[in-house]
Amino acid sequence: MLEAVSLECMRGDRRLFADVGFSLAPGELLHVRGRNGSGKSSLLRMLCGLVLPESGEIKWNGLNIRRSDEYKHSLTYLGHLNGIKEELSGVENLRINCGLAGSDVGESAALDALARIGLAGREHLPVKVLSQGQRRRVMLARLLVASTPLWILDEPLAALDTDAIGLMRSLFEFHLENGGMLILTTHQELDIAAKTTHEIRFSS
Amino acid sequence: MTIVMWVLKRDLLLAMRRKSDVLTTLFFFVIMVSLFPLGVGPEPQLLKAMGPGVLWVAALLASMLSLGRLFAADHGDGTLEQMLLCPESLALIVLAKTAVHWIASELPLVLMAPLLGLQFGLSGDALWVLALSLLLGTPVLSLVGAIGASLTLGLRGGGVLVSLLVLPLYIPVLIFGAGAVDANASGLGAGGHLSLLGALLVLALLATPKAAAAALRISLE
Repeated sequence: MLEAVSLECMRGDRRLFADVGFSLAPGELLHVRGRNGSGKSSLLRMLCGLVLPESGEIKWNGLNIRRSDEYKHSLTYLGHLNGIKEELSGVENLRINCGLAGSDVGESAALDALARIGLAGREHLPVKVLSQGQRRRVMLARLLVASTPLWILDEPLAALDTDAIGLMRSLFEFHLENGGMLILTTHQELDIAAKTTHEIRFSS
Repeated sequence: MTIVMWVLKRDLLLAMRRKSDVLTTLFFFVIMVSLFPLGVGPEPQLLKAMGPGVLWVAALLASMLSLGRLFAADHGDGTLEQMLLCPESLALIVLAKTAVHWIASELPLVLMAPLLGLQFGLSGDALWVLALSLLLGTPVLSLVGAIGASLTLGLRGGGVLVSLLVLPLYIPVLIFGAGAVDANASGLGAGGHLSLLGALLVLALLATPKAAAAALRISLE
């Protein structure tokens, strides 16, 4: 269970948001909406622990995320940067990224995940020859092999085609059905079936 | 495999696929050292006296050349964020990255140095001491450089700033490194200088990864 209590974020002298709070239980979805530059990404980075809140607290199972060793094992964060290396192939990128997150994924499982996400036949090409959407798929393939309960995704659907968006939606629903938690931002209209859908809307 | 092993594996793979980076540093070192005999003339005594110093200064500058790459690519493509979130101490990851950086950009210099030392008429004994001093000293350069690289991450003109930050900290390594060869030539023995270099290496191994990790966290906030 993830809880946030009256978070405040300052960027330089500007207050991006204040008094943001929510609690997210297994099977629940949090959709963060707002215009460009309204602080969505800052909130997600804050929830990962990359940015310290100006005030407020974020708790994972009752413990501040700064003090919780378990939190990093429970979290998968995918930002707006892909986090993949152009010189490496899709399968190398996937296995290394999973390894860095602390879960070893075998060659066959990685190939299988890439095939499912629509990169069959391109698994061994260096990522630099792939298109923007295909690179995004390499990154998102991590979700197919991840076993973490909490996913924090910043614009996961950017650059994806309709097929891939459909696939991601069913993946999100599968994750939520199995007691996962999902926090995401997206500008696209996306109907994700969830037990409870929370929404945070940034106005400015 | 542990997380640190994955970091080592990834960075070694990348170093092998980006051979031009490794070769740039090595060629800079070779050319810079080779220009000195051409510039100062073929005076054997003079060359012999300045050989160790020239090789050490060239190693220092060559290592500056590659420092910018230590974290910049990871910062640019978002992998640094992922490394901050991974359930392993960031200092250990920084240490692993620095180790690969040393293997890819400094170890070739250490191996090439004795060959270049021949241009300066250094004796066989002096070449051994030179190689040994570089072997002990260059890891310190990488480790201290990691702090500078992480502090200047994402800044414009970071390359110049990192030189200003890091080069003064390299001075002790330079003094004891080049001094080792001189001490050996004058009959004092290089033992003292090499032990001090070893001590610097231990100190750097203990202190710098934590400092660089802290700087990385700040620069990503």
